Amino acid sequence: MDYFIQQLINGLTLGSIYGLVAIGYTMVYGIIGMINFAHGDIFMLGGFAALIVFLILTSLFAGIPVAILLLVMLLVGMLVTGLWNWTIERVAYRPLRGSFRLAPLITAIGMSIALSNFIQVTQGPRNKPIPQLVSDTYHIGEITISLKQLLIVAITAVLLFVFWYIVNKTPLGRAQRATEQDRKMAALLGVDVDRTISVTFIMGAALAAVAGGMYLMYYGVASFNDGFIPGVKAFTAAVLGGIGSLPGAVLGGLLIGLIESLWSAYFSIEYKDVATFAILAIVLIFKPTGILGRPEVEKV
Amino acid sequence: MANPIETNPGGMAKAVREGVFAGIIAFFMFLLYVGIETYQDINNALVWRTRWELLAVFVAVAAIGRFLTVGFIKPHIDRRKLNKAKSGVLEISDKKSFFHRHFLKFALVFLLVYPFLSLLIVGKQGSLKYVDNFGIQILIYVMLAWGLNIVVGLAGLLDLGYVAFYAVGAYSYALLSSYFGLSFWVLLPLSGIFAALWGIMLGFPVLRLRGDYLAIVTLAFGEIIRLVLINWTVVTKGTFGIAGIAKASVFGIWSFDVGAPNNFAKVFGLASSSVYYKIFLFYVILALCLLTAYVTIRLRRMPIGRAWEALREDEIACRSLGINTVATKLTAFATGAMFGGFAGSFFAARQGFVSPESFVFLESAVILAIVVLGGMGSLTGIAIAAVVMVGGTEVLREMSFLKLVFGPDFTPELYRMLLFGLAMIIVMLFKPRGFVGSREPTAFLKERRAVSGSFTKEGHG
Repeated sequence: MDYFIQQLINGLTLGSIYGLVAIGYTMVYGIIGMINFAHGDIFMLGGFAALIVFLILTSLFAGIPVAILLLVMLLVGMLVTGLWNWTIERVAYRPLRGSFRLAPLITAIGMSIALSNFIQVTQGPRNKPIPQLVSDTYHIGEITISLKQLLIVAITAVLLFVFWYIVNKTPLGRAQRATEQDRKMAALLGVDVDRTISVTFIMGAALAAVAGGMYLMYYGVASFNDGFIPGVKAFTAAVLGGIGSLPGAVLGGLLIGLIESLWSAYFSIEYKDVATFAILAIVLIFKPTGILGRPEVEKV
Repeated sequence: MANPIETNPGGMAKAVREGVFAGIIAFFMFLLYVGIETYQDINNALVWRTRWELLAVFVAVAAIGRFLTVGFIKPHIDRRKLNKAKSGVLEISDKKSFFHRHFLKFALVFLLVYPFLSLLIVGKQGSLKYVDNFGIQILIYVMLAWGLNIVVGLAGLLDLGYVAFYAVGAYSYALLSSYFGLSFWVLLPLSGIFAALWGIMLGFPVLRLRGDYLAIVTLAFGEIIRLVLINWTVVTKGTFGIAGIAKASVFGIWSFDVGAPNNFAKVFGLASSSVYYKIFLFYVILALCLLTAYVTIRLRRMPIGRAWEALREDEIACRSLGINTVATKLTAFATGAMFGGFAGSFFAARQGFVSPESFVFLESAVILAIVVLGGMGSLTGIAIAAVVMVGGTEVLREMSFLKLVFGPDFTPELYRMLLFGLAMIIVMLFKPRGFVGSREPTAFLKERRAVSGSFTKEGHG
């Protein structure tokens, strides 16, 4: 039982990270109906921003409090990747809006290849290890919880609350929801659709950047091709939860995290990704709209 | 109307403003990733140093590029479009130049003499590179892209896991030839059949899904197959891969194994060289490509091919006309997979070594990119896209003269995939319909007329 709870905690930690990335996928899909393939690499950029800020701060200000260090790492990551995603949307996706369906998907795949190779070229192909930021652990009976895990879950919860507030209670969120429901109608009613889409990309990137920073903190290593597998898993999470649905993305992320850690614990660690993908396929076959997704209405 | 700046006095100021803005954005974007370099010192600890010069170059390129685009290139393009619209001449014309009309014949003749041409010009040792790295490599991608074209271009099903069938073909040949000693010519059709069966098996449950869901499930299947290849070490030897795969022979008559009594070079009294095998492989893949093209062209004229295209244009209309969409999708999926399998077994025979490394998602993305960049559905366009994208990245390997410009540490290979990704974006931005964006309908009244890509609409298959 203790072992099970331990795995549950590990799964929730991992799931929080996937959930944050999944929100970016689901928001972009909801608002412009496109799989943003480069989102996984935005997550990777966020991790690298955190890594570089960490190196600069620790070498310039020795003995800086960990809380401030972490806060600056995540904030800078959010700002920088937000800027990146804003630019990417402007340069690579916006000109192709209204073009045929595959065009933005191809630029997104191209962007994903370009981003990971950009980091490979500028920062080198080797894994970048950093020392442990927070190493405290707590023991409850046989169960070990590390402060890292608590931090990840707590930061995720806070961000989700802020995010929920923005989407549901502010004029910006209202504009986003309107654009998602019907872009043309929203434009007719005075919503600045272009701006709303830009903001959506920035918000998605900011959440992914935090996830990237926490992923770096959790595993202590960053690599240029970190974007692909977590990106695919986060997308899986978004689809599992019902693409376009924000609570669904979080739920899907947590489920994927749980499946992954429980499968590794009880079956085989080598096939954990196979399990994730297989569950994705099974869910889509039997419930294509995902867990919380709305059924798609076919209009003739 | 000669100078855009004259007619639009605010134009220059706007260009400067936009340029400065782009520079500022670029500064903050690249500050961390380009301005700072992280590396491991002798103690293996991660440290950093600044690279301000490089950052300055990036910022300057962004600022000047944006300035030129807004100030000069954009007005120029707008003006050209306006003039074209005013003159009222449509982009499609029936008249084609002599070269344009006979392009396919020229291309075919060129391909047939290509190995001998390179042999003649650069000699045996030199032509290895041209026949193998350029010729065979590009033709493999042409074949894969033509195979995927059946799924994506004709039936309109977005398949992001095509490389799985390529892997099935390659491993079928590798395993069956090393465990049972079967020959290439037996296994080539078998690999195709296996891949097609896998296509049906994977396709059956997922083809009820629409558009993007299908894409993500195919991606998942592609990854599952790769992960199984990595982890099922008893059979596949995992990441080590299978080495020493038997070479193909000329229908069992002549062999290319060095010690064999019926060695090709020995029989004909030629000096021993690996170039004969490469030339032979070149013709094999060329024949396979032509087979793919022939089957595609023929199928398009048959009811099933028309059903595919109808499905691509409008699935609901298709269903209401009584076309069995599941069977139609499944045949497209299986046919595409079969050609992937052929290409896979050829790949295994050519490399003599297969490992899961060759079948990553990136390969699927590259093949899909070639199909879309070529202008989905157009065989010529796809072939051109393959030459440009694959040949272009291969050319980068040869650019050692760039070392003179950028210093001896400069390795152009590193930039291969970066440039590939950027090229995908740029081509899409300027030609969203691909290189050959027109469609020739297969069914027509009286006369055949080309339809511009911009007049057709994609269904959501």
